[in-house]
Amino acid sequence: MDIPYTVAVRRDTGLTNGKIGIWLFLASEVMLFGALFASYILIRTGAPSWPRGDTILNVPLATFNTMVLISSSVTMVMAWASLMRHRLGTFRLYMGATILLGFVFLVVKYFEYSHKFHDGLLPHTNNFLAIYFTLTGLHMLHVAGGMAVNAYLLGPGSKLWKTNPEWFTNRVENSGLFWHFVDLVWIFLFPTLYLL
Amino acid sequence: MTNDHAAEIDKHVRIYITVFVALMVLTIVTVAVSRLHLPVHVAVSVALLVATIKGSLVACYFMHLISEKRLILAVLALTAVFFVALLALPAVTHSNGFWIH
Repeated sequence: MDIPYTVAVRRDTGLTNGKIGIWLFLASEVMLFGALFASYILIRTGAPSWPRGDTILNVPLATFNTMVLISSSVTMVMAWASLMRHRLGTFRLYMGATILLGFVFLVVKYFEYSHKFHDGLLPHTNNFLAIYFTLTGLHMLHVAGGMAVNAYLLGPGSKLWKTNPEWFTNRVENSGLFWHFVDLVWIFLFPTLYLL
Repeated sequence: MTNDHAAEIDKHVRIYITVFVALMVLTIVTVAVSRLHLPVHVAVSVALLVATIKGSLVACYFMHLISEKRLILAVLALTAVFFVALLALPAVTHSNGFWIH
């Protein structure tokens, strides 16, 4: 049996099932990161003193990474736009660039983390580092997860383009929604952890 | 592919590029403001304001919320209510000792 409403929209929702599904998932993700942000506020406001992020963390590297992630959001949406124009080759270029930029982000985070570990700055060192590693670690897992789905859509998943291009385009759009959400979370994490 | 459809996509792409430039400029603004070493409450307000503008640009244009169906907007409105309640919890614990003295 075929999966229903992958291309045609349901009359009651006005949406494909994939679209409403990814948005409900993102709603749950908002609450997941929201709980951690609330924890951050509670820990920070309850602390007798709190360090400015830029006295401990590397702001130029994080600024670079912010620009990398914003660029990857643009290449992601361009990948989808390429499919809307029926250009699979251009889609591959943009999707490849998106995955590559995600990889660059993770490599930069690896250097940031290893530098902290080398200096003996670990999650149990203090509350600032505990919340920093928790929030950025969870965010990195999301980057890795998004890259895995995008790699599937660039590789074996792209076979669907030949048999059902509309369904494939919708899959890329939904993967893109997740990727943009990951970018959006970082847009708030960056000033919160590094600059304030 | 009709010409109308192609023109529509071209219009979208121009918007994506504009939003990209705006996001890059706002990132530089965020970092520049943090170097002014403003009082904490001013710094937090400015940083969160700029982040909210950036986040709204991503949500409205890259995630197409500006032209999305009402059901999704309703789901997100409900999520926003619970999200605000969640972020308000720490404030409640610090207000009049309702939970913590």
